[in-house]
Amino acid sequence: MESKKNIPGQLLYLKDVNKSFDGVPALKNVSLKVNTGEVHALMGENGAGKSTLMKIITGIFNLDSGHLFFNGTERFFKSPSDALSAGICMVHQELNYFPDMTVAENIFMNREPAICLGVFVNYRKMRLMAKEIFAKNNIDIDPGSLMKDRSAAEKQIIEIIKAISQDASLIIMDEPTSALSAKEINQLFSVIKNLKQKGIAIIYISHRMEEIFSICDTITILRDGQFIDSRPLNDFTNQTLIQAMIGRELKQVFPVKTNLPGEVVLEIKEISKKNHFDKISFVAHKGEILGITGLMGAGRTELLECIFGIHKKDSGGVFINNKKVNPRTPLNAIKNKISLVTEDRKQKGLFLDGPVRQNITLCSLRNYCRFGQLLNLKAEKSAVDAMISKLNIKVSSARQITRTLSGGNQQKVVLAKWLLTDPEILFLDEPTLGVDIGARAEIYKLINQLAENGKTIVMISSDNSEILGLCDRVLVMCEGRITADMKIGNCTQENILQAAMLFQTKPHN
Amino acid sequence: MKRFTAKYGIYIAFLLLAITMAVSSPYFLRTGNLLNILKQISINGIVAVGMTFVIISGGIDLSVGSIVALSAVFASTYAHPGDYSLFVPLVIGLLAGSACGFLNGVLIAKRRLPPFIVTLGMMTIARGVALVYSNGRPVINLSDQYNHIGGGYFFGLPIPAIIFLAVAAWGMLVLNYTKFGRHIYATGGNELAARISGVNTDQKKIIVYTMAGFFAGLAGIVLSSRIMTGSPVGGAGYELDAIAAVVIGGSSLKGGIGTIGGTIMGALIIGVISNGLDLLSVSSYWQQIVKGGIIVLAVMVDKNQGTDK
Repeated sequence: MESKKNIPGQLLYLKDVNKSFDGVPALKNVSLKVNTGEVHALMGENGAGKSTLMKIITGIFNLDSGHLFFNGTERFFKSPSDALSAGICMVHQELNYFPDMTVAENIFMNREPAICLGVFVNYRKMRLMAKEIFAKNNIDIDPGSLMKDRSAAEKQIIEIIKAISQDASLIIMDEPTSALSAKEINQLFSVIKNLKQKGIAIIYISHRMEEIFSICDTITILRDGQFIDSRPLNDFTNQTLIQAMIGRELKQVFPVKTNLPGEVVLEIKEISKKNHFDKISFVAHKGEILGITGLMGAGRTELLECIFGIHKKDSGGVFINNKKVNPRTPLNAIKNKISLVTEDRKQKGLFLDGPVRQNITLCSLRNYCRFGQLLNLKAEKSAVDAMISKLNIKVSSARQITRTLSGGNQQKVVLAKWLLTDPEILFLDEPTLGVDIGARAEIYKLINQLAENGKTIVMISSDNSEILGLCDRVLVMCEGRITADMKIGNCTQENILQAAMLFQTKPHN
Repeated sequence: MKRFTAKYGIYIAFLLLAITMAVSSPYFLRTGNLLNILKQISINGIVAVGMTFVIISGGIDLSVGSIVALSAVFASTYAHPGDYSLFVPLVIGLLAGSACGFLNGVLIAKRRLPPFIVTLGMMTIARGVALVYSNGRPVINLSDQYNHIGGGYFFGLPIPAIIFLAVAAWGMLVLNYTKFGRHIYATGGNELAARISGVNTDQKKIIVYTMAGFFAGLAGIVLSSRIMTGSPVGGAGYELDAIAAVVIGGSSLKGGIGTIGGTIMGALIIGVISNGLDLLSVSSYWQQIVKGGIIVLAVMVDKNQGTDK
């Protein structure tokens, strides 16, 4: 029925969209309506399902069930180029471009105007076409200049122009301002306003409240893969928007806390790293679970990796039990009884083509060696088997290739690897990212247990319910600085989110 | 079944090949011929063991062929009858090879240069040094003692074959039963993760390239004593034979995967094919085509097994 109706002004209509990955639902009955000539904000926490939804619209994922109407007819996009030819284009957070080609060449990549039976590129015509389209949109960029010489904002704008030149009627922008300065943001916004007047619709994804309120017309909110609300901008205030985004109760996945924080174990004094974080100081106690939260790019991962000795810090000191240690290499940190369960297990955590056993004992091999080098395979095997059963890792044998495990089990292998070093201080960077709810609860229980046994836990998490449910204290970071240090007892999700966006509600220079 | 063929495929392939050869030529299975094969593959085998370490660590070494020549020339110069004890040319040959490998390793690990480029440079430099040092002339008139290394027998086995088997056994021990071996796999499998796990990946790489140089030096000594000449133009293309043996043996050029057992089989397969084709009096021109085809085929089979998972 609805597929026959062509509602004037309605460009995109997603109805009851479902999508799950390996049985884990990512989107549950989500609907979205976007009208021509509007800037439509899509809001939600990390993992709320925004990017999955966008990937469905642009044909990267297929929906499991539901309908997608575009321009009044039901469509199935099989690939991004399919969506593109219908007029949907996405400008990604990380741009793909050819740095050593000209702006015009980038815009007309694979659509070059040709001469001589289509064999040779007509560069003159290409440049004229680029000039024309820039002029039409009041943009002053030389189409003959090299892409790599343009600023970050100009690259964004060029990407948008490329979309327009392909007759896009819907442009999706994913955090387009994350790498832009305040001045560049204004430049981008004037382009967006221009597009709006031409009737082009924009789906705008951003965590920055200020931008949402200054550029958008309508807001749709997703949470945990579900549609929460969709209303005109004027119906929201900063407070009600935040509440709608996070308003969920803590579930039973968290264990009853049994740990008791004691004396100071780890003390960080004014450590800095240029472009990442500035003069960070904090302490962590024995038996304490300290959370570190903030938005992506706040400098959390870099902070822990610097303390751990992966990157060099510019200044500052790391003290353990009042003794200066300043690890310069990861090995140094491990010897000081620090462990770091890294965020990106594929890049930084695992040797995926290796057996589970080799991953689990990689950090602690020296404990299973005779004469410094010769492995005691028996001792190693029993240690590995003990870890596998302790963490309930589901493997057919310790020789199974790590790549073939599920995400949750891979994460447990990383955890097992670091626990075998018997750390006193355990850094966890997003320990439950991409881990299903069952394994998640087991990991929480384990973290609580470790703290109860007197270990010091420092845990980065973007999941605020995780911070509130598990930690004793939380540090909030924003733009490389700590903007809040709160006991969990007297803080709320609103407190955290406000501190995380402290510098972002004002335009920064 | 799939896992079985993935694990033992190379042994089955070798067996089939051996049976085919045995049926085609009555000479193939004679003790003399089998010992000859063992002798022929031992130099490539020694180089290939070092190459296996390099490839598992995620690198490549194109310079080993030239290092073979360099070490052959250096060692032979000190191996004239009555000059020095046998000990001297051996040490000098091994040192020359190790030094080249060490230089490779330092440039790759500390200067973060691509292994392909560094060892390509070393390939030309080592060859040049060998030619300069020898004035471009082969070093002849070597002592009997020295020539015994490549030509002699010990308990009925050719000495080069014994050296090869010892090197291979040592390689297996190190890769499977030492901390160092595990660290090599981890470095090749995921260098960043290994570094974060406290593995000194730079040091491991330097050691690995030094080892590859050491074994190339050893191969140079064996080669020069077998042909009783230290030839500055010898060893050409040995790096490719070694890489072929390693790859046929199932190692991944991306690093992290490989075994010495596989490499031995790889070297044996290449050796048996050359020997078999010789016995069938196939021209050496055709042999090259067959050898190349086998390499590509081996990788193709390996890749299919990887993606079918």
